[in-house]
Amino acid sequence: MSDFFSAFLDDLPQLRSGLWVTLQATVLGALAALLLSFALGLMSVGRLLVLRGVSRVVVEFFRGTSLYIQLFWLYYAMPTLTGYELDPLLCGVVAFGLNYGAYGAEVVRGAIGSVPRGQYEAAVALNMSPLHRMRKVILPQAWVQMIPSFTNLLIQLLKCTPLLWLISAADLMTVVQQLRDRTGETLAAYLTLLVIYFVLAYALTLLMNLLERSAKRRLGLHTGAGSLLRSRSATEAVASPAGGAR
Amino acid sequence: MATEPLPLQKPAAAAPRDAVPATAPRAAPETGPPLVRFDDVVKRYGDHVVLDRLNFSVRRGEHVTLIGPSGSGKTTILRLLMTLEKVSDGVIWVDGSPLSHVAAPDGSLKPASEKHLREARKKIGMVFQQFNLFPNMNVLRNITEAPVNVLGMDRAEAEDRARELLDLVGLSGKIDAHPSQLSGGQQQRVAIARALAMRPEILLLDEVTSALDPELVAGVLDLLSDIARNTDITMVCVTHEMNFARDVSKKVLMFDAGHVVESGPPEKIFSDPEHERTRAFLDAVL
Repeated sequence: MSDFFSAFLDDLPQLRSGLWVTLQATVLGALAALLLSFALGLMSVGRLLVLRGVSRVVVEFFRGTSLYIQLFWLYYAMPTLTGYELDPLLCGVVAFGLNYGAYGAEVVRGAIGSVPRGQYEAAVALNMSPLHRMRKVILPQAWVQMIPSFTNLLIQLLKCTPLLWLISAADLMTVVQQLRDRTGETLAAYLTLLVIYFVLAYALTLLMNLLERSAKRRLGLHTGAGSLLRSRSATEAVASPAGGAR
Repeated sequence: MATEPLPLQKPAAAAPRDAVPATAPRAAPETGPPLVRFDDVVKRYGDHVVLDRLNFSVRRGEHVTLIGPSGSGKTTILRLLMTLEKVSDGVIWVDGSPLSHVAAPDGSLKPASEKHLREARKKIGMVFQQFNLFPNMNVLRNITEAPVNVLGMDRAEAEDRARELLDLVGLSGKIDAHPSQLSGGQQQRVAIARALAMRPEILLLDEVTSALDPELVAGVLDLLSDIARNTDITMVCVTHEMNFARDVSKKVLMFDAGHVVESGPPEKIFSDPEHERTRAFLDAVL
């Protein structure tokens, strides 16, 4: 095992760049997913039947096809079809964005639906435009409901980034795999991966909890001590909606 | 569409210092043309008929109270007027224009677009049973959001006006408070101030005291009586508070099963109702 760790220290620059690729794939993939979540989610609650239909089809397609296969399509099949070759990291960002965007769209749709109807009605009674209602009344309240589910999706996305190894992006997984192949230290290599991914996931959880706390405070909801360290599940969030009548 | 400017519709700068300036009661509101007229209005949910060819009208400046058993369609009337629901048949006229219809070239009336509805809503404000303050905004912002972003009012002016209105509802000290920090009664007063900030000609009050603790009801009713006395806003109230109906309104409409059973001044309805149905209802609630 000591062989592995001395090799580990020797390879620190590669590891750092692998970590950087993993972080890029996670953050950029999450941003792409967030954009797509809102685009598809808002389309699905809109008045236009065409947009609702398009959103439904896109969500079902990307939710219902495997992320592996989407990655392979983007990396191996697209070049044969179109002649364009995508950078592996870009493939990852696009595939994560599409796949998690489809899940996220359902989160957005559900959270918008969970805002009490009275809030919408009060906004209508004040003669706000549909866009104004959504921007200033519905979304700020729905956002609080979305964060716990988004946290789950973000962590899942991070944990899917080792798939980049399959399309030879030089992410953390790939670099450590190479290290393992060179040293033969399987146990140490995979232990290292477990620890690093756990640390990353927990750091993301803490960040998202901070975000949730500030969003809740803006709604005047009670945020007790310890809520920062607790990882919340999406179901728990749905059970305590920001009622309009309190 | 011509609107006669009411004191509450003038810019704050031109209005007297009082948030809700006192005006002499109109000479004879009973003889003016109706401000609101329900013309054979039908509202159905599937096979369930809530309003069945309903006809009634409200004159400018009138304070009308709708009473009747639960499920008689009272709240539906307010929701139709606020354009929260669509009529199944018939037409609602507000100030001579169809509320949720537009005239087609052939003279028939077609359901109106969102644009028309937004024009129609300018005249109407509503206070809800469950207050429905926006929890993502403080009290000041709840009141100024629509005047600034819907009416295009200058923010400083809107905030001055909000302060006057908070003064009127007795909550000057709560301007920065969050809705969740207020009692139900306080939330409802803010909701009333929020509705008044839009200078409505017609104020719809939907069981505004039903969700309040009993000891908080009186304050809200006093406030509404004040507003009824000191403004010429037309008020249409649905309530189970018969005292409110008696003190505030000039006209009481008794509803049952989607019809007006009986209407008249509160003294008449409460002391000498003509219909058996009204008598039975009043016996049950008084």
